[in-house]
Amino acid sequence: MWLIDSSIGRKVVMSVSGIALILFLTFHASMNVVALFSAEGYNMICEFLGANWYAVVATIGLGALVVVHFVMAFILNYQNRKARGNNAYAVTNKPEQVEWASQNMLVLGIIIILGMLLHLFNFWYNMMFAELAGLAGPFDNPSPSDGYAFIVKTFSNPVYSVIYVLWLIALWFHLTHGFWSAMQTLGVSGKIWFNRWKVIGFVFSTIIILMFLAVVVKFSLFAA
Amino acid sequence: MAKNISFTIKYWKQNGPKDKGHFDTHEMKNVPDDTSFLEMLDMLNEELINEGQEPFVFDHDCREGICGMCSLYINGTPHGKTERGATTCQLYMRKFNDGDVITVEPWRSAGFPVIKDCMVDRSAFDKIIQAGGYTSVRTGQPQDANAILIPKQDADEAMDCATCIGCGACVAACKNGSAMLFVSSKVSQLALLPQGRPEAAKRAKAMVARMDELGFGNCTNTRACEAVCPKCESISNIARLNREFIKAKLND
Repeated sequence: MWLIDSSIGRKVVMSVSGIALILFLTFHASMNVVALFSAEGYNMICEFLGANWYAVVATIGLGALVVVHFVMAFILNYQNRKARGNNAYAVTNKPEQVEWASQNMLVLGIIIILGMLLHLFNFWYNMMFAELAGLAGPFDNPSPSDGYAFIVKTFSNPVYSVIYVLWLIALWFHLTHGFWSAMQTLGVSGKIWFNRWKVIGFVFSTIIILMFLAVVVKFSLFAA
Repeated sequence: MAKNISFTIKYWKQNGPKDKGHFDTHEMKNVPDDTSFLEMLDMLNEELINEGQEPFVFDHDCREGICGMCSLYINGTPHGKTERGATTCQLYMRKFNDGDVITVEPWRSAGFPVIKDCMVDRSAFDKIIQAGGYTSVRTGQPQDANAILIPKQDADEAMDCATCIGCGACVAACKNGSAMLFVSSKVSQLALLPQGRPEAAKRAKAMVARMDELGFGNCTNTRACEAVCPKCESISNIARLNREFIKAKLND
């Protein structure tokens, strides 16, 4: 199977799963923004995405995507380390056009996964999981479909707010490289489109991250 | 006017691929700054031989920036900080200052085992070319030059790709030890021309397969390769190779 056996195939797997995850982030950010102006509207979405079969199927699909992206990243990194050899250079000089993010995608990815685990504990565990497991509001929590209450609760704790902000910054770095890199790997780039994809990726990731940040900032500093 | 500089040179010594290797240092006194880097290494070797030591081994051939044989990792940069578009032989001592410590290392990559000191075995590149970096059509007698019309832009771009001299600086600079810039340039120089099209799919698959087999890493688009390429190859070649390869695999 060329998607696993060849270097370009493995990179295609990274690109396609990465783009799918960017699309998910776009959806998630759009959903979050609703919480800025309507608690009821946000909770309607939460109910819609509760323990319904389509939401559960989508969650499983999403989990699979994350696993594929994550596992493939480790396989690629292992092979790349082997290809590099055991001898490190005594002196290295990073050329200007080499972005920091591009050389630290794995580290950024690990930070993102850790943040994601915390995020799943803060929200998913108390919401979809609680509903599926029939736990009505574990640990004196709000009702599982009252997503708005969970946002208020999480960001009333400044420690969580700071962690979420750092998490989003790591995600921003990861996306700014990941976006154009995916297009490059899929071959839909060239001398002209390279610069276009870079700008599009930069603007797109910045907008998504700002949408996420807006919710964190509002509920941390201006909670009703 | 040329002036003389004195500096410390720290150079890599390694006895074959299995040896651990180490740095030796030597003080160089009053070297004219219009000396080329390789001439300076010749001076170093004269001094080492006169002192009864073993000379320092490094690759070089034409010394006029054509062949791609020289391959030194100088102060953290493959070929050193030459003017853009040049190999080590075109690096001059005026790029350095009095009192500098100049560190000289070999290309470090599992794909390029050290033969001795800073001379590495780059025959892996030849093996990749042998896998498909050619056209195998019987060309017969030369045709009229304008029998096959080729847009100027394509001809220019193919020529730019063909300027890759296979020195291996891309692999040396890459944190993943990936040879994608080399392979993509060699695939592109033929893929862009009508004469290369009939075998384009076969070529892309064969050369990538050989590259993977020889233990080069996976490209993660850091762009370190194009930053150090002495022939200014662009990573748009890599996008083209990806396109050719994915298309070929989807058509299988």
